[in-house]
Amino acid sequence: MPDLGKYAGAVLSAYAVSLALLAVLVLWSLWRAKRVKAALEKVEARRNGQD
Amino acid sequence: MASIWEYANPRKFMSVTDRVLPWIAGLSAIALVAGLAWGFFLTPDDYRQGSTVKIIYLHVPAALMAINGWLMMLAASLVWLVRRHHVSALAARAAAPVGAVMTVIALLTGAIWGQPMWGTWWAWDPRLTSFLILFLFYLGYIALWAAIEDGDTAADLTSVLCLVGSVFALLSRYAVNFWNQGLHQGASLSLDKEENVADVFYFPLLLCIAGFVLFFLALVLLRTRTEIRARRMRALMARERMA
Repeated sequence: MPDLGKYAGAVLSAYAVSLALLAVLVLWSLWRAKRVKAALEKVEARRNGQD
Repeated sequence: MASIWEYANPRKFMSVTDRVLPWIAGLSAIALVAGLAWGFFLTPDDYRQGSTVKIIYLHVPAALMAINGWLMMLAASLVWLVRRHHVSALAARAAAPVGAVMTVIALLTGAIWGQPMWGTWWAWDPRLTSFLILFLFYLGYIALWAAIEDGDTAADLTSVLCLVGSVFALLSRYAVNFWNQGLHQGASLSLDKEENVADVFYFPLLLCIAGFVLFFLALVLLRTRTEIRARRMRALMARERMA
């Protein structure tokens, strides 16, 4: 860990906030991708069942 | 040689992105981890700004992607307005939340950096203010897509909003040059050796920028795939209701 001196709070909070936001964005995108894919498969299965 | 318009076909787009997305995501993770670790652990403090200079590895790439994300949305919106390709409209929609998060990161890291350097979290400086307006445009764009049920109408109206917002995307980039006042400095990256950041900060910064560009691209592709699936699902459900 580098010595951040008197600005440690500022530097670490900038990294923490940014990485947390990036992580939330990735997880949200993956979760929505999975949910929509599953829902589409369900609708397509229902449609194929009707054919 | 294949025409770029082939990728406007959702089936072709899904098949190509299925193959390239894992590579782009992997490269993005490598570049981001390597760039941020290099910048955070292996670069010295700045003689004036001390260790706060390490915030540059998040602030500059995020700000760059906030502006260029909107310009990517502008290009996709123009393609929609001129050629009516649904994939381009959906790509613009998919990019908006990613660009909005980049804008928030740029604003927050800027405020955290500004407090010890300028003595204030916020100032109504031309660049800061135009960035805040750009963020509001991102929110408006996302809200407009969500508010209109008909996909084509939503794509039309959001494209027009995107054209208007582009003024602020460009303004946020060049505000310092236009008004030549305020607290914010000029561009950190410049072809002018005198203006550019020192090499010791420059190379890890370039790697972080590459990481952010790839990260943006990976997320936009992933989210565009989701939007294409969601659109197909809505179409199938509408057919079911009519049957």
